[in-house]
Order: sequence, then structure tokens, then C-alpha cells
Amino acid sequence: MGAPTLPGAPVLLDPAGLDALIAALAARGFSVIGPTLREGAIVYDRISGIGALPAGWTDRQEAGRYRLERRADAALFGYAVGPQSWKRFLHPPEERLWRARRTEDGFTIETEPPPVERFAFLGMRACELHAVAIQDRVFLGGTHQDPGYAARRAGAFLVAVNCGTAGGTCFCVSMGTGPRAESGFDLALTELIGPDRHEFLTVAGSAEGAALLATLPSRPAGAEAEAAAASVMARTEAGMGRTLERAGLKEALQASPEHPHWDDVAARCLACANCTMVCPTCFCTSVSDHTDLAGTEAARVKRWDSCFTAEFSFIHGGPVRPHRSARYRQWLTHKLAHWVDQFGSSGCVGCGRCITWCPVGIDITAEAAAIRAAPDAKPEQEGHGNP
Amino acid sequence: MLPALWRVRAVRAETADTATLELVPLAGAVPRFAPGQFNMLYAFGIGEAPISLSGDAADPSCHVHTVRAVGAVSTAIARARPGGMLGLRGPFGSAWPVAAAEGQDLLIVAGGLGLAPLRPAIHQALAASGRYRRIAILYGGRNPAELLFRDELALWATRQGVTVAVTVDHADASWHGAVGVVPSLLDRVQFDPAATVALLCGPEVMLRFTAAALRGAGVAAARIFVSMERNMKCAVGLCGHCQFGPDFICRDGPVLPYDRIAARLAVREI
Repeated sequence: MGAPTLPGAPVLLDPAGLDALIAALAARGFSVIGPTLREGAIVYDRISGIGALPAGWTDRQEAGRYRLERRADAALFGYAVGPQSWKRFLHPPEERLWRARRTEDGFTIETEPPPVERFAFLGMRACELHAVAIQDRVFLGGTHQDPGYAARRAGAFLVAVNCGTAGGTCFCVSMGTGPRAESGFDLALTELIGPDRHEFLTVAGSAEGAALLATLPSRPAGAEAEAAAASVMARTEAGMGRTLERAGLKEALQASPEHPHWDDVAARCLACANCTMVCPTCFCTSVSDHTDLAGTEAARVKRWDSCFTAEFSFIHGGPVRPHRSARYRQWLTHKLAHWVDQFGSSGCVGCGRCITWCPVGIDITAEAAAIRAAPDAKPEQEGHGNP
Repeated sequence: MLPALWRVRAVRAETADTATLELVPLAGAVPRFAPGQFNMLYAFGIGEAPISLSGDAADPSCHVHTVRAVGAVSTAIARARPGGMLGLRGPFGSAWPVAAAEGQDLLIVAGGLGLAPLRPAIHQALAASGRYRRIAILYGGRNPAELLFRDELALWATRQGVTVAVTVDHADASWHGAVGVVPSLLDRVQFDPAATVALLCGPEVMLRFTAAALRGAGVAAARIFVSMERNMKCAVGLCGHCQFGPDFICRDGPVLPYDRIAARLAVREI
């Protein structure tokens, strides 16, 4: 048992200590979610110990390509992000909002009980912490808050892992969102692995994290371990597969709604919505209302939606955005430009998922650069149709 | 947000497919609203739709909605009978700057069903008509059978300082009025471009051409206000559907100043 640890004072956990962390979280009533290996991908799912983690695996990611490969060592976090993000748990793909029941002279509406499951997320990457912070601003930062998200988020315990390897589609360095987890976590780990070493430099980022860390078998981290962690970070930083020039990007995109490159992307885009499903910040939802066969019970269900579908923009008469060029423009311009006006930051964290999981390999960094290359120079001012 | 339960107090058929409903809450007071705002109306088991308030904001007894049956939800709402029940969330959104236009010429320009969201603004302005220089209500519909509130239009036209002009795209044998698009009505009324506030609601193409005609007549873009329509699910800025550039129509709109959106309105499929 270590002495109580102040946030910021690093300690070392060995794999048994990490296992003890998972057990301690479970003992405190958390559903512990961490990376697992499933169907050829890293998938976040329920875990009960380090045995469930994808030891000795890494990934190779490129535009439209994702493959797991064996590592030479037994690293537990030796890969970049998989297809699904933590969004799946905090902002689930489907959620019933309320139920209604027909009565003699109308109907009644019953709210859903608030979610009670408390999640502990093990292995959140810096970009993913930023994505959660962004969704916090979307769902909790305005006049109206999403009550389900608020409850799940308030109960969550976040364990970050500083990335030991950069994916081929990663660009968190460009977005200022990684690879080091700076804040917004309860605990943060850096995996140190070598021929004679396998341990986790661990820092607490909250009082709750510090209290939990104090109960785990650990030893103080010396200067050598801190230097080793710093060199892991430096290596990851240098290994980014992509870059995105952020300066002036918002203005360039907002000035370029009629850039010919939108049609170029549309010729490749399948409007499959993969990018929006894997994006850790895309938040759009739709609702559907339905009844039972007798027509006495009704329910409203919220589901993830995508701006790439025709139905998304449908108003009487047809969709506002019938063409894929307009849908891709909406997605990219919202993500990288309008988001700043709406929520105070870019909506992109540089995780690279939309590039990797696009079936035709459309690359947000390349498309943004192409739009910026020759904006059609029409700033937001009156432009149209004056006689 | 949970819908509150409201009961249909009265229904009036406006046209073959459009009805005006008076709604009262089962419990609690009738929420105040500002002209231009909308509610989300829910028909049991079918769904929810954003519908503008079309009644007098000074009437504390009910909320009034004018609904055209175009899809499953709006059809269920438009066919509601007195005594029927609807779910209601709201009111939401921005308002027409009716009071801010006092002392000036007020141009109210509507196309089709767009007269309904402007009706509360008309009521408010007419209740204080002495405070405006001139009030003009310009209205166009596809054909005479689709014109809304014809009895009220006639009544408004009798008010001092108020001009009402109505046009249709396609006349029939009963029609003896103007034929043509809405912007053509601007030639029929007097206004001082430097001291005019214009409120526009209707199909997007009508908004674009009317705003352009007003600009051509010398009205500054910041003096023109338009009510925008987009797909809407949550009405509180969380579902993403109603985005129009950086604006959420449910929250930042539906009423937006033209100078803010003119460039966007000129681009197809924003």
C-alpha cells in the first residue's frame, strides 16, 4: 500500500497493480470498460481483469485500411484507437426517452428512469478525453442539457493511457489534443515496456483518482521512469501519420461553400455514414415514435443519425441536401469550422477514425487541405441575387 | 424534454388540407410566447413536428397552431378533433422584432403557409398600429383555394394605416386580384427604405427573391428578417438536424436577420 498520492506525483504500477486497479474499480461498483480483441479489431467492452486486454497486438491503419498485427512484446496498450469510441457508452447508439400509454380520454407520458450504471473507462487516449470534453460542451454546456448523458457522465471514472504508438491516420499533434493526456482524467498511465520491464507510470488527475491509486500496490516513480515515459511521448509525437494545418482553417472553409473540390469528394463518397458513426464527437441523433400492435403503448426512441443520409435534412418537398457534395460539405465544415462558432473549439480531435474506416479512404486532412488550397473567396457577406 | 399534455379546444378548417387548432394545457398556466416562436406538437404514437404559433400572443387562454397536412405527423395533428389530446413542448426559438420596428414602416411579407408564423406579429403590430408609420401585409399563395385567413386579411385591410395586398401564382374563375409572385407586390406599397423593417416567411425561394427585391429597393440587409425552416427533432440544439451554417434554427432561429444569413441563403443545399 502506498501513501496517499497527490495528483501529479507519479507512481509505478506493475501489471498486477493494473489488475488490482480493475478489481478495485469493480469493487467500487463500476462497470469497467476497456480495450478487447474482437473480430479483428480493438473494441471497447466490459473487462474483469488485464487478461481481457489485447496483449502483444498492434494495429496498422491507413486510409480505408485497418489490420491488427503481432507485436514483438506483450504490451497491453500497444495500438492506436479502434473503430468505436467511448461515445458508445456515454452517448449510446439507442436510448428510449419516454413511453406513452393511451387512456380513455387521451394519453399519459412516463419518463424513463435515469441510467444507474456507472462506467470506469480504462485506456482512454488523449484525443478521446478531448472528444468527451467536446461532447460535454455539446450536451451539457447549453441552456438545455441531455439528462441521460449528464447522468452517465457524472458517474464515470476515467483512466487515460498515453499513447505509446501513433496510428497511420493519427493527427492529434496537429489538433493539440495529444498524444499526452493533460487533464480531464482520474488516472493516467504511460506503459513502459522493454526486455526487462513492464510497468505503468501512473498519475492521478483528481482526488477520487488519487484516493483509489493510494489503495493499489505501487512504488514511487524515479527520474528514470519519468524520462522513459517522456521518451515514449516524444516517439509517439514524432510518429503521427497525418497532419492538419489548423491556422485559418475555419475561415477558409466557411468562405468556400462553392469550392469545386466538394464535387470531387462527392464522386468518391458513398454517403455510407461510417465517418459519423466512428467519430468520437459526432452527436447527431434522430427520434422515432412507435406503438405496440394494439396501439395502446407508444415509445420515443433516440438513435444516432448521420448528416450523410437523405432523411437527415428532409423537410416537406424533399431533403435540403439531396447531393453527396452538400452532405460532405456539411459534415466537414461543421466539424472543422462551424463547431468553433457553436461550441468554442474544433469538433475534430485528430483520432483518424474517419480516415481509417472510410470504405473508399477519403481523408479529412487531405480534403481540408484541398479546400484551403484555393478557397473560392466568398466571405460571409451578402452574395446573392441582387438584381 | 417530456411533452406536456394539451387538449384541443377548438378546430377551424382553413383550407382543404390546413386547420387551425386552439390548444389548452391539461395542467398549469398557458406559457407565454413571442411572435415567431414555435412548439413541438406530438401526436400519440406517430411523432412530433415543429409548428409555429399562429395565434395572438396577448391571448393568455390558449396556444393557436395552423397546421397543413403534409406528412404523417402533420396530418394527424391537422385532423385532431376538439377534445383530442396532443403532446406539446415549447415555446422555442427566436422572435420577430415587432416592438423594435415601432416608429417605422413595417412590411410583413408571407408566402403560402408562411402567413401563419407571421400572424402573431400582425396581431401585435395592429394592437399598437398607431406607433408605426405604415403597416403593409403582402401575401401570396399558389392559388385562391390555398390562401389562409382570408376573412382576417379583409378585416386587416380596413384598418387605418394598413395596406393589404394579396397575389396568387395561378388564378381561377373566382379570383379578381393580382396574379404573380410575392416580390411583385412590393411595387404596390409605399415604404421608406431607410426606415423600414421587413418580416419575411415562406418558401426559401420566395425568401431569397423577396429579400433581393427589398435590397434592390434600398432596404438594408440588417432591416430584413426571415424565418427559416429545417428538419428538426429535439428543438433544443442537441440533435444537430436543423443546422444552417453555424446556426441551429431551433435555437438561433427560426427568425434570423438577413445580413447574417444572406451568403448562406444564396448557396444551394446548405
